[in-house]
Amino acid sequence: MTADQEAWFDDAAGPLVRPYAVTGGRTRSDTIGLDLITLVVAVREHADHLEPESLRILQVSQKPISVVEVAAAVNLPLQVVKVLLSDLITQNLMIYRSAMQTTTQAPSPHVLQAVLDGIRKL
Amino acid sequence: MESGNSERNVSAAAVKIVIAGGFGVGKTTMVGSVSEVPPLRTEELITEASAGVDDLSGVESKHTTTVALDFGRITINPQLILYLFGTPGQDRFWFMWDELARGALGAVVLADTRRLDSCFPAVDFFERRGLPFVVGVNCFDDAYHYTVDEVRMALDLDPSVPVLLCDARGRESTKQVLITLMQHVMSRAGLTGAASGR
Repeated sequence: MTADQEAWFDDAAGPLVRPYAVTGGRTRSDTIGLDLITLVVAVREHADHLEPESLRILQVSQKPISVVEVAAAVNLPLQVVKVLLSDLITQNLMIYRSAMQTTTQAPSPHVLQAVLDGIRKL
Repeated sequence: MESGNSERNVSAAAVKIVIAGGFGVGKTTMVGSVSEVPPLRTEELITEASAGVDDLSGVESKHTTTVALDFGRITINPQLILYLFGTPGQDRFWFMWDELARGALGAVVLADTRRLDSCFPAVDFFERRGLPFVVGVNCFDDAYHYTVDEVRMALDLDPSVPVLLCDARGRESTKQVLITLMQHVMSRAGLTGAASGR
């Protein structure tokens, strides 16, 4: 087991992080079930009680943006961003829209055609 | 609703396509060839216990590392955004493929003829998931050029799976791969007109 854990780390894996520090020491999960491409948008520009990381999330989310783009913009791991977003949504500082599809829902013909047309026009 | 608040609706929707293949085959290059922004990178936390689960429980006591995830964006129209995700190249990050594939329209398996076997896992994964995919054979300058039929045979693909040669660096080439994928997706969904023109 120890050998496996050592093999787990390499240069490609990037630096170690302390996510629980960013989330205020909480070890809570994303309570909303945010997907990579769930779109979120801030409804406020500022809130006094927020930690710097959450404030940055509000700032980069002034227009609709996907969860994965928020993570890239604030340079925090996805899971951490999901927890922070989940908190912000719970506090009514942000709203979200679920990804259009789920595993149980086929994409609509309208959407497929729009994507095809959009790619052709690139 | 206040007029100044109108853009605070999330009325747009997002869809995604997955670009898969072995390490170094050109996935991020392909994403970048059509993305309207330079490929973005984010990181996912990995712990042994909660791999792939959006739960930070216990990370303070376990070995944690990260894996990079590259993606690009195409604004189809003001109401619809297409995201392209490159899969992590390292085999040990398989669990991330589940989240990437969940709800995806379809996938591109990018094949490198110098290491054709490196895309077997991706082909297997999408076949098992039932996610429509096409195989793009990235034509590296120094690689032996197989024919489409040879690649199809080597990968033991279902006859319905489109295989095409491509250059992941080229915008037009990547467009053609994505168009072929969308036509395949629509054909599988029983939609007519999918094969009409380019």
